[in-house]
Amino acid sequence: MSILVNKDTRLIVQGITGREGEFHTRQMVDYGTNVVAGVTPGKGGGWVAGIPVFDTVQEAVHATEANASIIYVPARFAPDAILEAADAGIELVVCITEGIPVLDMIKVRAWLDCLPTRLIGPNCPGLITPGEAKVGIMPGHIHTPGPVGVVSRSGTLTYEVVYALTQKGLGQSTAIGIGGDPINGTDFIDVLRLFEEDRQTEQVVLIGEIGGTDEQRAADFIAHNMSKRVTAFIAGQTAPPGKRMGHAGAIIEGGEGTAAEKIAAFEAVGVQVARHPEEIAELVQRQV
Amino acid sequence: MKLHEYQSKQLFARYGVPIPKGDIATTPEQARQIAARLDSRVVVKAQVLVGGRGKAGGIRLADDPDEAEQIARQILGMKIKGLPVRKVLLDEAADIETEIYLGIVIDRAQRRAVMMASAEGGVEIEEVARVTPERIFKITIDPFLGLQPYQGRSLAFGIGLPKQLLSSFVKIAQGLYRAFLECDASLAEINPLVVTEEGQLLAVDGKMLLDDNALFRHFELAEMRDADEETPEEQEARRHGLSYVKLGGEIGCMVNGAGLAMATMDITKLYGGEPANFLDIGGGAQAEKVAAALRIILSDPNVRAVLFNIFGGITRCDEVARGILAALEEVPTEVPMVARLVGTNEQEGRRLLAAADMITATTLAEAAQKAVAAAQTTRT
Repeated sequence: MSILVNKDTRLIVQGITGREGEFHTRQMVDYGTNVVAGVTPGKGGGWVAGIPVFDTVQEAVHATEANASIIYVPARFAPDAILEAADAGIELVVCITEGIPVLDMIKVRAWLDCLPTRLIGPNCPGLITPGEAKVGIMPGHIHTPGPVGVVSRSGTLTYEVVYALTQKGLGQSTAIGIGGDPINGTDFIDVLRLFEEDRQTEQVVLIGEIGGTDEQRAADFIAHNMSKRVTAFIAGQTAPPGKRMGHAGAIIEGGEGTAAEKIAAFEAVGVQVARHPEEIAELVQRQV
Repeated sequence: MKLHEYQSKQLFARYGVPIPKGDIATTPEQARQIAARLDSRVVVKAQVLVGGRGKAGGIRLADDPDEAEQIARQILGMKIKGLPVRKVLLDEAADIETEIYLGIVIDRAQRRAVMMASAEGGVEIEEVARVTPERIFKITIDPFLGLQPYQGRSLAFGIGLPKQLLSSFVKIAQGLYRAFLECDASLAEINPLVVTEEGQLLAVDGKMLLDDNALFRHFELAEMRDADEETPEEQEARRHGLSYVKLGGEIGCMVNGAGLAMATMDITKLYGGEPANFLDIGGGAQAEKVAAALRIILSDPNVRAVLFNIFGGITRCDEVARGILAALEEVPTEVPMVARLVGTNEQEGRRLLAAADMITATTLAEAAQKAVAAAQTTRT
């Protein structure tokens, strides 16, 4: 899917001099992503893995015409990093960081809604257009280019599914992790809309989990707006109510957000729901 | 993080919300002294982090200090839904005319804080939402403007509040929102907010849930954590940076990634077993963390088999294997283990585990089936 990230992506890494930032910069560069700059306030003028480091996102954009940014910055500083990137005119900001306070994200998202910047995440693995650009922490080698769009709230569960798809020769157009937080920058409907418009994507895999109503609203969107087939999987059928299952957004509250209600919502609109992750690839294969 | 009623009310009071005069007692003698000092009828209220305290007999009226001491003696040490009552709150009893619900939650779909009010106070708001949703009035709070007085007024008019209480209601609503905001809450609730027979508004109960992600900037609030909220294993897990939730089944699970961990729990059930726990060791876990995780899982007496599902991206399978073997040296066990390691350094990881006679699998489905089978063998 060349709408979000592709060969033309010029990527800034915010937090490039940190341990995570540096490690993943090298991984992304190895994959072939065009990483053009790094930003760490106070470390401008330095270099990491052959990438020039700047003090501010504004300077980095000015010097390199960067159009995307990925953030590996601790939770207490991440909202500021997102806002800085948006203010510098970055069109796509991917925030990997887990642990950002919800009230911070309410403000950040409300602010970004008035700007052209699209945020992916936070608390997400990023996104990858196989063969073109990896903007995230996913293992590149399990992906391969192809016609299946993948969108997920999870990290390793997404890799599990992608791995099974690749093994069956079902490549991915783009695989996007929207993250596990209750308030994020991009939801299922946002991505489904892009997949529906993307010529390379022929069918879609959606991986959801307990908590919130994103999947239920997506089911309604699919029924009214999508011609392409969607296959789903929902994690957390055995999750108890009221307990946070790792992800801040993975919690059944007031009886709402159960896996059962999400599965029912999808089945009601004709979306097949796999019983376990490996079954997704089988269901997708039957549709090809 | 859950806060007790007394903690929530103390915080609300700091923001101008009127609460009853009262104090905490940990012994029946203290309860008597507090009742004597208040010199009125008191309500003796169990302080435990669960709902349904009233139904369980944990909230009772005392007419005098003797009775307060007697009731406190009965309630302290009681168990409500498995949690021991270590403290009671003694509040001056109010003469209640009407009960109102007032609360703030995060509405995920709107991505906003929403304040709700209802004249159906004193019952579970979810029940009101189910039965008579039209009796709940809601306002959406703008994150930049905050709660505007006209919004507070619209709630008051909606619930039919007597006109003379309009401005004090709005003040309370604003105070509640400031408490919510400044404490980084995900829920702040007054149920019931009563109108007393003297015509005053009073927050007779209070509840707050704090955003765990924000505790790093609320040292004082973080210290208010009640250790009883978590089991010892959950506390141990948190200390090691692990995410752990105890369930009731017999298949222990260790996985890297929350979504994958949930899917792993689910698949054990699909193949006829029951998950014993949720456990996410996170990304890039070192051997020591894995060992701690295994110890926690094996401390559960219900566990009859352990399933490792590791999909290695940043996480290295050989590192995980070393962790498992290190744990087994410290905590030798007869419990059968099934390991499914895929990804970075998987060959090395599998080699190390095969040398330790561990059952291995290549697919998740296969691993789940083997774990369920192994658990059944252990039972017989």
